[in-house]
Amino acid sequence: MSSSTETHSTVHGASRWLIPVSVVALLLAVLGGVMIGPAGPTWWRVPLELLNRLPFITIHSGMTATDWSIIWQIRAPRVVLAALVGSTLSISGASYQGVFRNPLVDPYLLGVAAGSGLGATIVITVNRSGSSGWIIDPLPLAAFLGGLLAVLATYLVGASVKNDRSSISLVLAGVAVTSLATAVQTFLLQRNSDVVRQVYSWILGRLSSATWGDVRLVIPYVLVSTVALLMHRRLLDVLRVGDEEATALGVNVSRVRLIVVVAATLGTAAVVAVSGLIGFVGIIVPHAIRLVVGSSYRIVLPMSLLFGAVFLIVADIPGRILDNPAETPIGVVTAFLGAPFFLLILRTRQAQR
Amino acid sequence: MTSLAFENVSVQYDGRTAVHGFTDTIKPGEWLCIIGPNGAGKSSLLRAITGVAPHGGRILVDGSPLTARSSRRRAQLIAYVPQSPVLPSGMTGAEYVLLGRNPFVTHFGHETAHDHSMVDDVIARLDLADLAKRDVDTLSGGERQRLVIARAIAQEAPILLLDEPTSALDIGHQQQALELVDKLRREHGLTVVSAMHDLTLAGIYSDRLALMHAGHRVAHGPAEDVLRPETLGEFYGVSVRVHREDDGTIIVVPNRTSLR
Repeated sequence: MSSSTETHSTVHGASRWLIPVSVVALLLAVLGGVMIGPAGPTWWRVPLELLNRLPFITIHSGMTATDWSIIWQIRAPRVVLAALVGSTLSISGASYQGVFRNPLVDPYLLGVAAGSGLGATIVITVNRSGSSGWIIDPLPLAAFLGGLLAVLATYLVGASVKNDRSSISLVLAGVAVTSLATAVQTFLLQRNSDVVRQVYSWILGRLSSATWGDVRLVIPYVLVSTVALLMHRRLLDVLRVGDEEATALGVNVSRVRLIVVVAATLGTAAVVAVSGLIGFVGIIVPHAIRLVVGSSYRIVLPMSLLFGAVFLIVADIPGRILDNPAETPIGVVTAFLGAPFFLLILRTRQAQR
Repeated sequence: MTSLAFENVSVQYDGRTAVHGFTDTIKPGEWLCIIGPNGAGKSSLLRAITGVAPHGGRILVDGSPLTARSSRRRAQLIAYVPQSPVLPSGMTGAEYVLLGRNPFVTHFGHETAHDHSMVDDVIARLDLADLAKRDVDTLSGGERQRLVIARAIAQEAPILLLDEPTSALDIGHQQQALELVDKLRREHGLTVVSAMHDLTLAGIYSDRLALMHAGHRVAHGPAEDVLRPETLGEFYGVSVRVHREDDGTIIVVPNRTSLR
C-alpha cells in the first residue's frame, strides 16, 4: 500500500500544473483585453497604469483621466463580462454534456435560448419607445425569465412521461418547447417587422455595451451556478457509466440531473439575459479541453470554467478593431475563431495516436 | 455474510409483467444461479435487486426490506456486474475501479486516501496492474470483464449480482472470470446471484439453480434436480442429453435433431 496520495494509480500526475497554467492564461487574456481597443491610450501604458494603481507602487504611465475612464468604464467591465459569460456557457455546456451523456448538446438544449429570445422579443415589441421610464431595464429581466420558464416547461412535460428510463423524453420536450417559443417569436416579428433588426442584433449576442451594472446583475447567478456545478464534477464522472449502472452504484440519477440542469440553466439564462445568444462556446470549449486533458469531469469542469473565460475575452478583441467603428458581432467571431482552432486540436490529437 | 430473500417479488415494465411472484431465500455465502430462456425474467429480477427496476413484493437483505434503504446504502450492500457494462472511453482502468467507491462518498464529497488505497489493493489482488493506467477503450473483452468485477469488489458489498458474466467471453476467459468470482466469494464470504445461459457452467459453479420461465420460478434446487432433459425440454423447448460425471458434474449436451 502506498504512503502518499500522489503514488495512487487513480491520481493524475499531470493535472497538477493544468490549473496554474490556465490561471496564468486567464490573467494574460484579461491584460490583453484591457490593453487593446480602437480608442484610448497607447497599449503599453495600460500595464504601467495598472501597476501604478496597486498600493505602494508609483509609476508614471503618462495616462490621462479620460484614458483611464476608457480603461475602467468601458474595457474592464467588458472583459469581466466576457469572462463570466464565457466561463458560464462553457461549464454549463460541459455539465449538460455530462448529464445527457451526449457530446453534441449545448446549454441551450432544453430551451433556454428560445425562451430568452421570446422574452426579449416581447419586450422589444411592446416597449418600442425605449425603457428609459422604467426603474429597471425590462429586457434582461424578460430574457432571464423567458429562459427559465422555457426550461421549466420542458422539465414538466419531460417528467410527465411515465416509465421514463432515460433522458430522451426530456430532450424531446426541449425540442418541442424550443419550436413553440421560436414559432411565437416568428409570429411576433412578422406582425412587427420594424423591430426585426433590433431583435436580430440581440440574438447575435454582444458584449460591446457591457457596464459594471451588467456584471453586478449576473454575478450572483453565475456564482451559485458555478459552485453547484463544480460540486457535481465527481458525480458527472460516475454518470458516464449510464443511468442504470450509476443507480446500481448508489447515485440518485434523476436528482443529480435535476440539480445540474437547474444550476446550468440559472447561469446560462443570466448570461444570455445580458449578452444575448453567443453560440458555439458551450460546445467548442469543453471539447477542446477534453481533447487536451482527457474526459474526466473533475478536470473538464474547472478547465472549461477557466478556458471559457479566456476564449471569450480573446474572441471579443478582434471585433473591436476589425470593422471600426462598427462592431463585428461576438457570435460571428466565436464561430470564426473557434471552428479552425477546434479543427487544429482535432488534427494534432489524431496525428499523435 | 449476508442473506437475500424474495417475498412474492414482481417486476413490471410498461404494463408487461416480467417477473411474477418470485419467492426464494438465498443463504449467506450461497451462490444461486438463475437460468431460463431469453425473456424469462432473469435480468429483470437482478435489476429489481439493484433498484434500477421498481418491484412489487419485498426483497429483504438480512431480514429488512431494500426499499427502506437509500440508494447509497443499498449500493454498499449490493454490487452489480451488468450484462453489457459501459466502460467510458478515456477513463483509465484504475479510474473505472474507483467508481466502485461511490457508495462510500457523500453527494458533494470526494474519495479519501482510504478509497484510493482500497482501489490499489483490489488492483493488486486481482492482478490488474497492467490495466490500471490503460484507457479502457484499448482493453479486450476478457480484460474489461475483469475490470468490471474489480469495480464490484472495490464496492465491498456482501452481495454480488452477475448478469450473464461470461456471455461475451471465450471458454478460457469464461473459466477465468468464474474462478475469480468463486475465489473472491470464498475469501469474502460473498452471497452471489448470477443469471447465466451456459447450463453446464451454471451447474458447476453455483450451489443451487433456479429455473425461470415466462416470469415464474418453475424449478429450483441442486444442478442434478434441475438440469434434467424433461425439465429443459419443457421450458427451453430443447432436446438435450444430460451426462453426470464421476465427480458429480452435470454436463448438458444439445442433440442434433436434424439427423433424425
